[in-house]
Amino acid sequence: MKDKLEKEKEAAQPRALPPKQTVTLTINGTERQLELEPWVSLLDMLREQLHLTGTKVGCNHGQCGACTILLDGKRINSCLTLAVMHDGAEITTIEGLAKDGELHPVQQGFIVHDAFQCGYCTPGQICSVVGLVSEGKARTLDDIRDLMSGNICRCGAYNNIVKVVQEELERSKAQ
Amino acid sequence: MKPFTYSRANEERAAVKEIAASKGAKFIAGGTNLLDLMKMNVMQPAHLVDITHLGMKAIEENQAGGLRLGALVTNADTAYHPLVEQRYPLLSHAILAGASAQLRNKATDGGNLLQRTRCDYFYDTQTACNKREPGTGCSAIKGYNRNLAILGTSEYCIATYPSDMAVALAALEAKVNVTGPDGDRVIPMGDFHRLPGDTPHIDTNLQENELITSIDLPAKGFADHYAYVKVRDRASYAFALVSVAAGLELDGDTIKEARVALGGVAQKPWRLPEAEAMLQGQQASKENFGKVAAAYLQGAKGYGDNDFKIELAKRAIVRALLLATEMEGKS
Ligand SMILES: Cc1cc2nc3c(=O)[nH]c(=O)nc-3n(C[C@H](O)[C@H](O)[C@H](O)COP(=O)(O)OP(=O)(O)OC[C@H]3O[C@@H](n4cnc5c(N)ncnc54)[C@H](O)[C@@H]3O)c2cc1C
Ligand code: SF4
Ligand code: FES
Ligand code: FES
Repeated sequence: MKDKLEKEKEAAQPRALPPKQTVTLTINGTERQLELEPWVSLLDMLREQLHLTGTKVGCNHGQCGACTILLDGKRINSCLTLAVMHDGAEITTIEGLAKDGELHPVQQGFIVHDAFQCGYCTPGQICSVVGLVSEGKARTLDDIRDLMSGNICRCGAYNNIVKVVQEELERSKAQ
Repeated sequence: MKPFTYSRANEERAAVKEIAASKGAKFIAGGTNLLDLMKMNVMQPAHLVDITHLGMKAIEENQAGGLRLGALVTNADTAYHPLVEQRYPLLSHAILAGASAQLRNKATDGGNLLQRTRCDYFYDTQTACNKREPGTGCSAIKGYNRNLAILGTSEYCIATYPSDMAVALAALEAKVNVTGPDGDRVIPMGDFHRLPGDTPHIDTNLQENELITSIDLPAKGFADHYAYVKVRDRASYAFALVSVAAGLELDGDTIKEARVALGGVAQKPWRLPEAEAMLQGQQASKENFGKVAAAYLQGAKGYGDNDFKIELAKRAIVRALLLATEMEGKS
């Protein structure tokens, strides 16, 4: 126990800055090499270093989903992960969903169904829907609501977001 | 967040060595709990050892006829694994009742076992908290304690351990495999987490330098009669106020074996084998389930805001056991 306390005291001392580390990531199809401090989150890397500000900061603690991105195809909260841990990974953000000047069907769906008001949660919602569809686990309306619960919308656009998900699930089944 | 150094471990022994050698070092897996706490300066490791390249990512049959879950398998991959869904649906359901899809894609099974309390004062470095800073006192006992413990508390701490996954693991009598400087050992789920006593800053019996390598599930999965009931303030993406993992083995209406573990009520998943044994050879009835529920909550103590949990836990136990009974047997 004493050992543990000492360890914690040590940890509280001021610290010298460690050297930056080189990280190579493929972001929206483009390979990028970056020099980063170990504590930079994927979210801060995207916004502050690459100026990809489509991905939003909400709570910064995994509680709202505004920062949702696709990491190697899976939706995650970019605020709760370190960039240095993802050397070699592929990242898709809201900026990478449209192809050849055409919106991704989920983006189009948000417009058609009026699934946003202020739009702050929307990039995270859209990435989350893309992740949900590729996971293939949502069957019922309840499933959709449960599996989208990691994205909070303060404007309460939930009902229309659910419509987008339903339509996208139908579309993906038809393919 | 305080500055820290970072390294990537490529081999289990090397990871353990590195942790032992560097003061104030921590392993990092999914990062969903550790980074959250580091952002709040609740935890301030000087060095992080990234264990995500260590392997430990498989789910495979073990020698006991059960399954071995690698410590780095994500919560999502565990919950949706065909063998877990078929043989341990209780575990699948418990995991899927926790956090969000995004978090479960990152969170690992090993990290989930070590997630720390959600006591608000623990997160607030401006307040006294024996778990965060031993000896400073507990702000929760006379403060806001709605989400805190009613069983196994002490005058030093009334925090709960908030995992859903672990409640199912306790009911299933899983075992945690760990490795450390002194070699490998096995910790049964029942002995993994610690009650606060006068050392609430130590959550588990895992040593500082030990690495969780896997979790073993025994052969028996209670796949025909199980329920995970989680009561919370919103329908999804909220921690449990109270949760119950129940498993029954039935012969007609007669109970051959019963398992009950509670979450959200203590610093560990709460199991009472003597109370479970009361059901052996008995009818699966609301009345008998009520007796077990009363036994589980005997000695429970509320701290004001959380008094309601005592009655809630009793009802949740009865409900979980009824749901488990009423399931259509699949075999
Ligand atoms: C908003 C939010 C809501 C949540 N809701 C729920 C919920 O409802 N139910 C629930 O159960 N959980 C919930 N969680 C918690 C989540 O399940 C945990 O954060 C997650 O399981 C931790 O796993 P990780 O791999 O990310 O751990 P990390 O953050 O990487 O690590 C946690 C701790 O474990 C240690 N560690 C990790 N792996 C190992 C290993 N193999 N050996 C030794 N030490 C190790 C680390 O050093 C660290 O101290 C929620 C989290 C958030 C942010
Ligand atoms: S209950 Fe435990 S974690 Fe919460 S303030 Fe008291 S000592 Fe800290
Ligand atoms: S900013 Fe990441 S979840 Fe809120
Ligand atoms: S559209 Fe405003 S928060 Fe969702």
